[in-house]
Amino acid sequence: MNPFRIIVLIMALALSVSVSAQLAPVQEPMKFDNPQQEERFNHLTRELRCLVCQNQNLADSDAQLAHDLRAEVHEMLIAGKSDDEIKQFMVDRYGDFVLYRPPVQENTFLLWLAPMVLLLGGAIILRVIIKKRTALLASAPDDETGDRTA
Amino acid sequence: MNSRIIPLLGFLALVVLLVVGLNIADRKTNLPSPLIDKPAPEFDLQVLARPDEKVSKESLLGKPYLVNFWGSWCVTCRAEHPVVTQLAKLNKVYIVGMNFRDETADAVAWLKRWGNPYDISLSDFDGRVSIDFGVYAAPETFLVDPSGTIVFKHLGQLTWEVVENEILPRVEKMESGS
Repeated sequence: MNPFRIIVLIMALALSVSVSAQLAPVQEPMKFDNPQQEERFNHLTRELRCLVCQNQNLADSDAQLAHDLRAEVHEMLIAGKSDDEIKQFMVDRYGDFVLYRPPVQENTFLLWLAPMVLLLGGAIILRVIIKKRTALLASAPDDETGDRTA
Repeated sequence: MNSRIIPLLGFLALVVLLVVGLNIADRKTNLPSPLIDKPAPEFDLQVLARPDEKVSKESLLGKPYLVNFWGSWCVTCRAEHPVVTQLAKLNKVYIVGMNFRDETADAVAWLKRWGNPYDISLSDFDGRVSIDFGVYAAPETFLVDPSGTIVFKHLGQLTWEVVENEILPRVEKMESGS
């Protein structure tokens, strides 16, 4: 077997492993009244953070707490609670940190505003540079060997 | 001159941002509890190994108390145990042992083996009360004032520094205030 084939084989194997790892269900089977409810459950558990493994969401985590919190979300859904009520339940207990999508409020203002400010700043700087260069080019002598004066 | 300094300043700003960010990331395990200065969650739990007896939040009102969440499965709880024992010996604050997500037999054996520092031990079998307290690691310790409000929370292993600097001064303040 030539080295190229070996590499391809290894890559294919690695890919199949990662795919099957993603498909492995972490969650216990749950019953829902209707498909919409299940959809909301899947959405919510992806939006909520598992506090034990802080870089995983509730849907992916296999921690005991994640199991319990999934059961809690499920129960509240069946009881007819809205998505906002369920999120509020979590925030009341664990703080904003439990939400993967932080709310726009006083202490997250910078977080939400910073990218826009940076983008705007970049645009302004770019404009200034372009203007300068254009002015420079316009005032430059046609003769390529001549000195440029700004 | 200017064109050389500006990128450098930008770079330094980035370094500062990263250092600050890393320090925050380091502390992220110690999240502020949204429950501080809020009423402690309601509970009505069975006393450990005494199924006929129950203790509720109401029955504990009127005195400051410490709620210590622990489990026999929790290694850090074992490490913190001497500190809780030392605090119990001072007899300055009522300590509620909140045994959660545990088997009664295991919990009783644990207390027998290492000693029981708790004034009362409650069983939170399914962890419902621990969820209401926003517990996500063990051990976690809450200080509740006589009106039933949470005034302080410590996440993770309790150390004597925390007892001396955070818990005891607050308890003394409550006692002198009432």
